[in-house]
Amino acid sequence: MTLLRIVLGLVFILAIGTAAFIGYAWHSRLDPIDPPAKASLDAKLLARGAELAAIGNCNVCHTAPNGEAFAGGLGIPTPFGTIYSTNITPDLETGIGRWSEEAFSRAMRKGVDREGRHLYPAFPYDHFTLVSDEDNRAIYAFLMTRKSVSAKSPANQLPFPFNVRMLLAGWKALFFREGPYLPENGRPAEWNRGRYLAEGLGHCGACHTPRNRLGAEIPDQHFAGAEIENWTAYAINSGSPAPLPWDVESLASYLRHGWHDRHGVSRGPMAPVTANLGAASEADVKAIAAYVAEVMGRPSKERLAQSEAALAAARQEREAAPLRRTGETGNGPGEAIFVSACQGCHDGRRPPPFGGLNLHLSTAVNAPNAQNIINVTLYGLPAAKGEPSAMMPAYRGVLNENQLVALLDYMRERFSKQPAWTDTRERVSSTLRGERRVPVYRMDGTTHAPPETSMRTAPWP
Amino acid sequence: MTRPDRKRPTRRSVIAGGGSIVVSFALLSQAFAQEGEVQGAAPPQPKPKLPGSLADDPLLDAWIRIDADGAISVFTGKAELGQGVKTAILQIAAEELEVDPTAIRLVTADTGQTPNEGYTAGSQSIQNSGTTIRHAAAQVRELLIGQAAARWQIPADQLRAENGKVIRSDGQALDYGSLVSTEIMHVEARPQSRLKAPGSFRIMGKPMKRVDIPAKVTGTPIYVQDMRLPGMVHARVVRPPRPGATLTALDPSAVERLPGVVAVVRNGSFLAVVAEREFQAIQAMRLLETAAQWSEGTKFPNPSEFIQSLKTRPAQQGVVAERGQPGAASAQSFQATFTRPYQIHGSIGPSCAVALLESGTTRIWSHTQGVFPDRAAIAEMLGVPAEQVHVVHVEGSGCYGHNGADDAAADAALIAQAVPGRPVRLQWMREQEHVWEPYGPAMLTEVRASLDQSGRIAEWNYDLWSNTHSTRPGPAGSLIAAQSLPAAFKAPPAKLSISPSGNGDRNAVPLYTIPNMRVIWHFLPEMPLRVSALRALGAYANVFAIESAMDELALMANADPVEFRLRHMDDPRGRAVIEAAADGFGWSRDRLPDGRGRGFAFARYKNLAAYLAIALEIEVERETGRCRILRVVAAIDSGEIVNPDGIRNQTEGGIIQAASWTLYETVTFDESGITSTDWSSYPIMRFGSVPESIDVKIVERPGEPFLGTGEAAQGPTPAAIANAIRHATGRRLYDIPFRAEKVKAAIGV
Amino acid sequence: MAVTLTVNGRTQQVEADPETPLLYVLRDHLELNGAKYGCGIGQCGSCTVMVDGEAVLSCVTPVLLLEGRRVTTVEGLGTLEKPGPMQQAFIEEQAAQCGYCIPGMMMRAQALLQADPSADEATIRAHLEPNLCRCGTHMRIIKAVMRAGEIMRHNPQSGGAS
Repeated sequence: MTLLRIVLGLVFILAIGTAAFIGYAWHSRLDPIDPPAKASLDAKLLARGAELAAIGNCNVCHTAPNGEAFAGGLGIPTPFGTIYSTNITPDLETGIGRWSEEAFSRAMRKGVDREGRHLYPAFPYDHFTLVSDEDNRAIYAFLMTRKSVSAKSPANQLPFPFNVRMLLAGWKALFFREGPYLPENGRPAEWNRGRYLAEGLGHCGACHTPRNRLGAEIPDQHFAGAEIENWTAYAINSGSPAPLPWDVESLASYLRHGWHDRHGVSRGPMAPVTANLGAASEADVKAIAAYVAEVMGRPSKERLAQSEAALAAARQEREAAPLRRTGETGNGPGEAIFVSACQGCHDGRRPPPFGGLNLHLSTAVNAPNAQNIINVTLYGLPAAKGEPSAMMPAYRGVLNENQLVALLDYMRERFSKQPAWTDTRERVSSTLRGERRVPVYRMDGTTHAPPETSMRTAPWP
Repeated sequence: MTRPDRKRPTRRSVIAGGGSIVVSFALLSQAFAQEGEVQGAAPPQPKPKLPGSLADDPLLDAWIRIDADGAISVFTGKAELGQGVKTAILQIAAEELEVDPTAIRLVTADTGQTPNEGYTAGSQSIQNSGTTIRHAAAQVRELLIGQAAARWQIPADQLRAENGKVIRSDGQALDYGSLVSTEIMHVEARPQSRLKAPGSFRIMGKPMKRVDIPAKVTGTPIYVQDMRLPGMVHARVVRPPRPGATLTALDPSAVERLPGVVAVVRNGSFLAVVAEREFQAIQAMRLLETAAQWSEGTKFPNPSEFIQSLKTRPAQQGVVAERGQPGAASAQSFQATFTRPYQIHGSIGPSCAVALLESGTTRIWSHTQGVFPDRAAIAEMLGVPAEQVHVVHVEGSGCYGHNGADDAAADAALIAQAVPGRPVRLQWMREQEHVWEPYGPAMLTEVRASLDQSGRIAEWNYDLWSNTHSTRPGPAGSLIAAQSLPAAFKAPPAKLSISPSGNGDRNAVPLYTIPNMRVIWHFLPEMPLRVSALRALGAYANVFAIESAMDELALMANADPVEFRLRHMDDPRGRAVIEAAADGFGWSRDRLPDGRGRGFAFARYKNLAAYLAIALEIEVERETGRCRILRVVAAIDSGEIVNPDGIRNQTEGGIIQAASWTLYETVTFDESGITSTDWSSYPIMRFGSVPESIDVKIVERPGEPFLGTGEAAQGPTPAAIANAIRHATGRRLYDIPFRAEKVKAAIGV
Repeated sequence: MAVTLTVNGRTQQVEADPETPLLYVLRDHLELNGAKYGCGIGQCGSCTVMVDGEAVLSCVTPVLLLEGRRVTTVEGLGTLEKPGPMQQAFIEEQAAQCGYCIPGMMMRAQALLQADPSADEATIRAHLEPNLCRCGTHMRIIKAVMRAGEIMRHNPQSGGAS
């Protein structure tokens, strides 16, 4: 009897809990609308929406390789399966043409679509929740005036239970704090603006913060770096591995132009980000830079000394007589390879964007692993379409596995004070074999054909 | 100046099929003037009565030689630039000589062997040399038939030439070798030739496969870059950071000690290094660069607003065309300013030359477009008589006009003086070609036009601001090497010259029927950046402006762009290509999908050469402003066709090249010098942006004179693109290049 | 210093500084003309050759990397007398104007077709991106590569190069 009571009681609690959960998780369906006419929208609002969408990088996820802008269809592999981005053009049947501004803002703020279904956080509403109503209005106006494209995105490939959207409410309960952004008192306006943008639309942490097993960013590792699509997104907190510490000016310039002559060029998934930020307002980009620089913090005396040393070493190489000849110093095959295949461009005589960075100044050489250098060395930096851009030839086929490993170990040893990498060979061999698939981006943000689907590495740590 | 009046030619009395044509060239006009006249020369005099270049070299055996063993050599002063001219000339010669093309050895541009036909430029090769050789070959054939007739005592009209023999009706034959003699070949050409009728062509008009392609796809040596002479050494020049800079200090000792280095050559500010092996020369050059110190050199202008500033620079006015009265009553008017920046030739293979000083003669192998002028300039630079310099054309990569080839030849010649007896192979580096080649000049043009009540153009005013488009040698002062010598030769001052063929004013006069017209060239003598001939010269910018304006005027007249052009086109051949392109494209006024537009343009190159009309469809990516050309249909009338495939190849190529110029290309510089020094800083079209399809339709005109073809596409292409963008987006772009950023700014959000 | 290279099936010793880019060894030492100097900095593709079947820019490939590896140049695809399928296709389609970029195009296309014999037009266009052509011969180059693919698919033995 008692057992029956207990069981009944548990069932009752479970039923109440489920009902409560469903009550918590359920969202209403918002009515479809007729889309607003472009002529009715204020030109300034549209322009603002364009700038904000550039910061939000909407086009990057919501455009398939060689597909039409904002029409969705990009497959994003996650440890839970592949999720496809949706069509956010104003198409009435397959896009968001029937979404009211309320529905759009709700999606951004709460991560729920017009029908009331929970959205997967591959759409980073954990960041977009911070976006203000005013900015959502502008982005909505912008999206609703894009070219309509009829394109139905493929169905997500998620096994049970991940395909049960309602369970996302549980994820949200654990990891999602609804916005909008509340400015922090006593901070300068630019800092608040920068934080609002970086943590909100910019969603920097979506790539630059490590995630837990359930795919949520780990709060106390904010900006500590992560691996995305087999590219390392460097730490952009006080653990930044850049030999020369970033400051507001250098960050702002890098973010707008995609290169900095003392840091290098943006590549991998960061290339479309800087391509987009080139279209954002200068003041906004400076604000983001100010915030991130503040997170990075003031460099210590020791770090400043190391930075001076790196600059001096780079200057010395730039001004010295060219080309140490192979065999002179007998430092092994890696050196011979570097001097003959790399130094010609990377001696710093011609700085970025049209020349190679002197590697004393390279963040990649100081990164936790060699993956970014492997990617750039094997696949190069392909030319942008019809615009001047940084370029680097691809060395795949030139360097075999042993040669690339020797080169990387040499570069780490010569240009970095950090201890040797431990997983170079594994990374080189798995990349060469295609097990680590690497998307390659042009500096104008387009993907380099043959098109690669964007991916996140699995598993997340 | 109006177009020369031409009598309807007697070719109208063609005997069809099997006959031959007698053509009189009694009234040759200045149309066949050489392109690229030396600066400051008076406009050319009307030539005497011999066709083409026979006027300058009337002896038949200057052009065609037949040995006693029957071996045939044909000599042309023109050069193969990749435009297929060798093949075309072989076709012409073989046709009229009645032999197989493989029986002919063709000798091209060689100061020691061939006639002087000036530059291979201006799309003149078939018009000039082709015409010349056609006539010469026909006359040689008739002479041989005459010889056989005399020998057999049979009337010449009962004999025929075939396959290298003269044959009589009973089948007996005498081969050319047995008929030939110095007396009969060493005669002057006559003004009239018995040309074969088009209906009887075996080889002309057929797409004979190019004779140079098999070597090019198998690595068989054919380029000047492939030359290897015994004892050859490799050289590299070191140029200053800016033009005009002089060498103030040099410590060559470290360079001289490098392995393989044969010599460091210094002559005033001319600096070069010679080594046994090519890579040794490159490494030595890099070290030598750091061992040299230079003065400031010429200051570069401020790049911002530079092109707009062209209008304010000192200028001389030249009237290109004037007719009717200005100030005609107008219903509507249109006015706009168009600009074109400096653009590069951008030869894929940087310039190269081989030179050898031996027994007092400097022999140079070069891909220069003008072996005779370059030889004269180099001889002047070296201070020797012209006979002591011998220049032979060997193919380089495509030059598209006056690139670094002439200067590389001069560099090689100068270096060869320092290592007599050893052939010197001098190769420019990529950065040197980008920085030191003469550019296509920046231009600014203004159209002010008006329509009358009936929707026809009543008045047309056109002003263009431009430097000269030709600084070819010429005198030694045109050469960088000569300018660097201690007794520096000075670059000759540029002079305004108005000629039918045109220079900066090429194609500045629309071919349309317009009653009141004034076309002025505001000639800018100052050249802050070095400029010279780039394919089509002024036609690129002028037709861009004219054909863009035509579309705007058509809009004002509420007319279809094609119909509007036909409304003003009285030349039937112009009408024919316009109609052919429009029909071939399927030109209509139907709505296109969002972001797509169609554009049309037309020009007759130089108003004297080939007619070309082009229609294309473009897609403009709204979010980025990136333009993608989808499909292109062009129609071309080149007169008598020698090789239809050659015409197609050159036209497709011209369209893609001009599209690349228009969408992407601009030289960049700041006050410290040129900053577009390689392909990353000066991007051109890559495969990802190439059109989906290009279809070239040839309008056939058998019996008509050859018309220059190689540059016909450069003018209409930019206008067709601008017109298509206008159609797709409602916005017109006036300033080349139409980079994505600029298009996006015009479209807005 | 002596470097051992295997080029177009022939193994030979070359006296060259090991840091010499393959391009200059091919042209200057081995007198092979196919690979061309276009820029020397890996931007134009005129120097493209195959190493172990993969398309590679020989101007940025120092020979010290090539011990024991197989290099193929356009000379290894056939001769004037007996052109290989790729060369036949380019001749058939008359896919050249000045021709300077063509051997590089052919080598890149050869590597593609050896890996993917039925590569379609979009794939061909994408793979040829690293190679520049200034004359505007692109349309014919694409046609020629497609034709080469056809020829190679019909005669599977003929297509491969060492």
